[in-house]
Amino acid sequence: MANMAPAHSPAPSGADGETRRDFLLHTTVAFGAVGAGMAVWPLIHSMNPAADTLALSTTEFSLATLQEGQAITIVWRGKPVFVRFRTKEEIEAARAVPMSELTDPQADDVRVKKGKEQYLILEGVCTHLGCIPLGTKPMDQRGDFGGWFCPCHGSHYDMAGRIRKGPAPANLKVPPYTFLDDTTVRVG
Amino acid sequence: MSTEKSVWQKAFEWHEARLPLVSFVDNAVGSKYPAPKNLNYFWNFGFLAGFVLVLMIMTGIVLAMNYVPHKDMAFDSVERIMRDVNYGWLIRYMHANGASFFFIVIYIHIFRGMYYGSYKAPREVLWWMGIIIYLAMMATAFMGYVLPWGQMSFWGATVITNMFSAIPLIGEPIVTWLWGGFGVDNPTLNRFFALHYLLPFVIIGLVVLHIWALHIPGSNNPLGIEAAPADKIPFHPYYTIKDVFGLGVFLIVFFAIVFWLPNSLGHPLNYVEANPLVTPPHIVPEWYYLPFYAILRAIPDKLLGVVAMFGSILILFVLPWLDTSRVRSATFRPVFKLFFWLFFANGLVLGWCGSQLAEGLPLIIGRICTFWYFFHFFVIVPVVGWMETPRPLPASIGSSVLKAAE
Ligand code: HEM
Ligand code: FES
Repeated sequence: MANMAPAHSPAPSGADGETRRDFLLHTTVAFGAVGAGMAVWPLIHSMNPAADTLALSTTEFSLATLQEGQAITIVWRGKPVFVRFRTKEEIEAARAVPMSELTDPQADDVRVKKGKEQYLILEGVCTHLGCIPLGTKPMDQRGDFGGWFCPCHGSHYDMAGRIRKGPAPANLKVPPYTFLDDTTVRVG
Repeated sequence: MSTEKSVWQKAFEWHEARLPLVSFVDNAVGSKYPAPKNLNYFWNFGFLAGFVLVLMIMTGIVLAMNYVPHKDMAFDSVERIMRDVNYGWLIRYMHANGASFFFIVIYIHIFRGMYYGSYKAPREVLWWMGIIIYLAMMATAFMGYVLPWGQMSFWGATVITNMFSAIPLIGEPIVTWLWGGFGVDNPTLNRFFALHYLLPFVIIGLVVLHIWALHIPGSNNPLGIEAAPADKIPFHPYYTIKDVFGLGVFLIVFFAIVFWLPNSLGHPLNYVEANPLVTPPHIVPEWYYLPFYAILRAIPDKLLGVVAMFGSILILFVLPWLDTSRVRSATFRPVFKLFFWLFFANGLVLGWCGSQLAEGLPLIIGRICTFWYFFHFFVIVPVVGWMETPRPLPASIGSSVLKAAE
């Protein structure tokens, strides 16, 4: 059949030598690729967190029994959240650190809620490779900067949960939370 | 010889004419595959790797019949396999130690290739297939180790999956996608089981490609020179029998460990059930990942550490072009031979560093060895290939033997 041998048919070609047949071929391949991508997306997206997993994403807890200088761990989305009632000196020390000394510069007051500066609430997940830093329990090692210490590969965090030394690239994350009343917090 | 064919012979030929299965195998690893006559015992390890792959699949499928991939039941189901299932202890110990022996065999197989220059032209694609198999093995073993849901399973999985968060911008969404949640959790365990079941069969497919690529140029040999047809002998029976003897030796060592030291290669903490709220003070991966773990920790930057770790394996893909020498076998390359053994020792020291806490002396040594690892590939290998004068190559495999006999 004549139309099976494009080299011999005088197909009209554009300025750059592209024939109508090439155009059809390329658009067909492009549409096929987009279609295949759309068909694969549900399979890929099925691996993202499911609706019931997402539904577990808030936790409420009370700070009423927490004493100054103490810290507790609560569980949010299956991961620990550290809550520390900081002393006056600790807050002062955290505020006094010059930004130039920080790997991930952030002032202390953007990491706490205004008027609630004593409560430091952090995701207890090392920003390096996800271990749980020590420092919440009274007997724990707290690292060179008095906050938390991650034993996995040696990351040191300070009294505002900021990274000061070690391989972790960022400060401990502050989870989204709100004070429902004076001593009740909802995380998530 | 009777001219009359038996009915069985006729039936066999009828079938072969329609589906030449036996001829296919005979061509691949039988009497129709001519192999160089001077292969030494290092050429046993390819066969051994294939054997262990089959062993892993057989024991794995039986384990899967009693294993429960749920975070509340996985640990107990493995304990039940160990205590209550008939021969469950044997099957699990064969599977767990089989993974270690798989890596021992593969490491010897890879170093064999590096020593005798098997990666050089025309075997580059064969070499690539091997590296892809190795990567698939690492992924399979990593996900398998998560299944018993012990403390090392959980925290190993956490640390390894978090490595992907080092990727700029899309890192975090990728990690959430890998987990199917906000951390290593039940969805993670479920999918790892599905993939752990799948990947070994993908490896079988890759092994077929590996053997296919092997058959285009044929096997390399300890002298690294082309083997003339007169210097080849049929794979079967000569090498099948040699391989089976090697298998006997392998099985003696393997079962000595399975029966008398079944937990010597594992970590005791994996007999403690996973606890997402308590990180063990010292996380170590399985021994076969230790050199790469040492490279990860040698570099104080998260992204660069992860890049170096993956790079240390991916660099093998370009080894055929980094090596500028056309002489394959280290037998004729005195300088390369020296550096080869240095590289080998460097790998062992890296492994030791990976098993220690990343501080003090092990960290310093780990950094030196990480430097040497890359220095070897990027500088030593090209420069030695270029500067070294190799010893004269024999004209043929046969002549090298006859000369020695004179
Ligand atoms: C490339 C081949 C394979 C490798 C390297 C491999 C590796 C591993 C490893 C390292 C473990 C952890 C052992 C432990 O410490 O308990 C494991 C567990 C497991 N594997 Fe595999 N495996 C392979 C093939 C398979 C196959 C084909 C199946 C079939 C479904 C399977 C099913 C299982 C099951 C159910 C477990 C959990 C029970 C246990 O922990 O012993 N494996 N595997
Ligand atoms: S996970 Fe914390 S330092 Fe690596």
